Amino acid sequence: MARSQNASKTGRRGFLKGAAAGAAALVAKPPLAEAQQPAASQQAQVQQAQRGVVPQPSAAQAARETNPPPHVDVYTTDRPGSDFMADVIKSLGFEYVAANPGSSFRGLHESLINYGANKDPELLTCCHEESSVAMAHGYFKIEGKPMMVMAHGTVGLQHASMAIYNAYADRVPVYVLLGNIQDETWRRSDVEWAHSVQDAASMVRDYTKWDDAPVSLTHFAESAVRAYKIAMTPPMEPVVIVADAVLQEEPVPDADRSKLRVPKLSLSTPPAGDSAAIAEAAKMLVAAENPVIIAGRAARTPAGLKSLVELAELLQAPVQDRRFRMNFPTRHPLFGGGNIADADVILALEVPDLWNATNSMTPVNKFGMETKRLTKPGSKLIHIFAGDLYAKSNYQDFGRYAEVDLSIAADAEATLPELIEACKKLITADRKRAFADRGAKTAEATRKIRERDLEQASYGFDASPISTARVSAELWNQLKGEDWSLVSDVTFFSYWPLRLWDFTKYHQYIGGHGAYGIGYQAPASVGAALANRKYGRISVNIQCDGDLNFAPGVLWTAAHHKIPLLTVMHNNRAYHQELMYVQDMAARAQRGIDRAKIGTAISDPNIDYATMAKAYGMYGAGPISDPKDLGPAIKAALQVVKRGEPALIDVITQPR
Amino acid sequence: MIPFLVAAAAFLLASVAFPQAPAPASGDAAKGKSLFLKDGCYECHGYVGQGTKDGARIGPPVLNAQGLIRYVRRPAGAMPAFTEKVVTDAELTDIYAYLKSIPAPKAVKDIPLLDQLK
Repeated sequence: MARSQNASKTGRRGFLKGAAAGAAALVAKPPLAEAQQPAASQQAQVQQAQRGVVPQPSAAQAARETNPPPHVDVYTTDRPGSDFMADVIKSLGFEYVAANPGSSFRGLHESLINYGANKDPELLTCCHEESSVAMAHGYFKIEGKPMMVMAHGTVGLQHASMAIYNAYADRVPVYVLLGNIQDETWRRSDVEWAHSVQDAASMVRDYTKWDDAPVSLTHFAESAVRAYKIAMTPPMEPVVIVADAVLQEEPVPDADRSKLRVPKLSLSTPPAGDSAAIAEAAKMLVAAENPVIIAGRAARTPAGLKSLVELAELLQAPVQDRRFRMNFPTRHPLFGGGNIADADVILALEVPDLWNATNSMTPVNKFGMETKRLTKPGSKLIHIFAGDLYAKSNYQDFGRYAEVDLSIAADAEATLPELIEACKKLITADRKRAFADRGAKTAEATRKIRERDLEQASYGFDASPISTARVSAELWNQLKGEDWSLVSDVTFFSYWPLRLWDFTKYHQYIGGHGAYGIGYQAPASVGAALANRKYGRISVNIQCDGDLNFAPGVLWTAAHHKIPLLTVMHNNRAYHQELMYVQDMAARAQRGIDRAKIGTAISDPNIDYATMAKAYGMYGAGPISDPKDLGPAIKAALQVVKRGEPALIDVITQPR
Repeated sequence: MIPFLVAAAAFLLASVAFPQAPAPASGDAAKGKSLFLKDGCYECHGYVGQGTKDGARIGPPVLNAQGLIRYVRRPAGAMPAFTEKVVTDAELTDIYAYLKSIPAPKAVKDIPLLDQLK
């Protein structure tokens, strides 16, 4: 290992020798005079202390403070290993590193803020490792590049693990760097023993794409760059790299300095589909009478959204969005129309739950389990899915096996341009006319859906608690002229923003948790808002109350780092999904239907989120339960956000 | 699994063979509101029955009281069945009275916040 080479002036061997000598001089023997102080004198000192009297120094103490100190070696360096690690990290282009501070990466922490000048990456102070990872999760979905996270290889990673699983299921690369003391002889206390681990990444290996625990600085450099490359190749996933604490803290030996170099990062092009398979897909789509496109995580970037619009318009095919990403404009005449039961060809793009999208199951209110295919006999299913290039077995996020007629193992966004060109070549004038008729019918169907949505929104519009449709309409009223970005999932909000607002740009929606691990939303919205900050966008988070309570300290992080974000509480005072499930169970057991709130309600006492926000140093308003008060409250909070600060409004809402 | 299904089938047959007593003609809306909240109806349907992604719109109701009771006993969709053991016909009639008391909403064109979304 490089760190133990004898050429180093302050190498490990020398350090141990010097340290032993110094320690012996200082503490091996208690000063004789002090050790022989009479018991009576010591007793007098105790009594003086108890009376609050400052005792006179003993002769030995006086001597220690006035005589010249004994000789000790001083150990400093201008080049700890962590400086080189910082060079490697900087070369990867991280803007931020999120961390709750930890001793196992203190060397790297210091290098990043001093040697690295706390810029690219800038350190974000987080109050929980789950927040660090979820912030990185949200950040990626806006910025399109990973954020680094630092954590202890033990207790920090344990905190972070659920958030890593969310990112994994959501196909988001998070770059996790763990501190660890691999060599047991360097663990200085019981704390360092408890914070050390033989194989740090093993705990999350089931839901990360790659990891390594380098044993030299050169090894670190290559693995750090490799990890980034692997994370960013579709299907994108979190990766873990372990930074050994001794490698971080020991000086780089002089002889090694000239040998260390930062490897060049060369990102792989995303895997596009096989040309023959694409041609076959184009043939099926152009010949189809009722094609439907199902979009999962189809768009990874704005280019993906653009391509999907082009393909849908070319074929005049309706798009059913699974709401994992901003795949398609929500007011487009082809958005949300069509019915897979009538479809003769279905094109699925990065749909992780394809079986669920094309089949029904016996609901919770009935016994047994029967499934039914929702598509008609003879219909053809095409799936372009990068998930087929990479799978793990333990965690079951891959869903039930979907029977597909044409399976293209590739990244959908990278494949769409060739698919579009292949379709164009096959479209005749006759097909164009058929497509136009189809498009007109779909447009009429989506117009009716929209009309129904607006009518539905009118029910309970003036109710208290405030309806989720009303909250969405009030928000839109003030966001419509702004460059806005909805940085939260809205599944638990009856999808109202997606049903009412005009989503056109990629950054306007980022999808949800990935694995529905609650505790994601508050920190992910802060991370996404951080990414939006430099573009001057207004980030809006519709925040579920249960989710915020997992790690509310992220509000402080938002305040501390001046991250502009409007948080509107969806305060239904319950873990509401679970409340409904327990209600289902009570009804089927025919007992206690008035007791489902036990263990699911977040009330008695009610949580005052406005005060919570203020306690963390940010603007807070509410609770607001009268719908008439909501518009003015949003307006006032938006002024704070436009100043570059976070703001929170506590809104007492309908359950869904 | 099979014994459960047999039991469920037997229960359904029993219900068909011995129809429940007719419900009272009218209910108490205030009591109905209290039951609507206590028995968790609001969880899926919203506090004023406006409907959510998890439950149909039921306020104001389109069914009559008997229709509502029939549906609650034998729901067709994803709603769990609520039997007489946990909510009586009389209580459901009160709940119906509450739902009936909820005013119809204004038209979309008369709600500026929604009208602008057309």
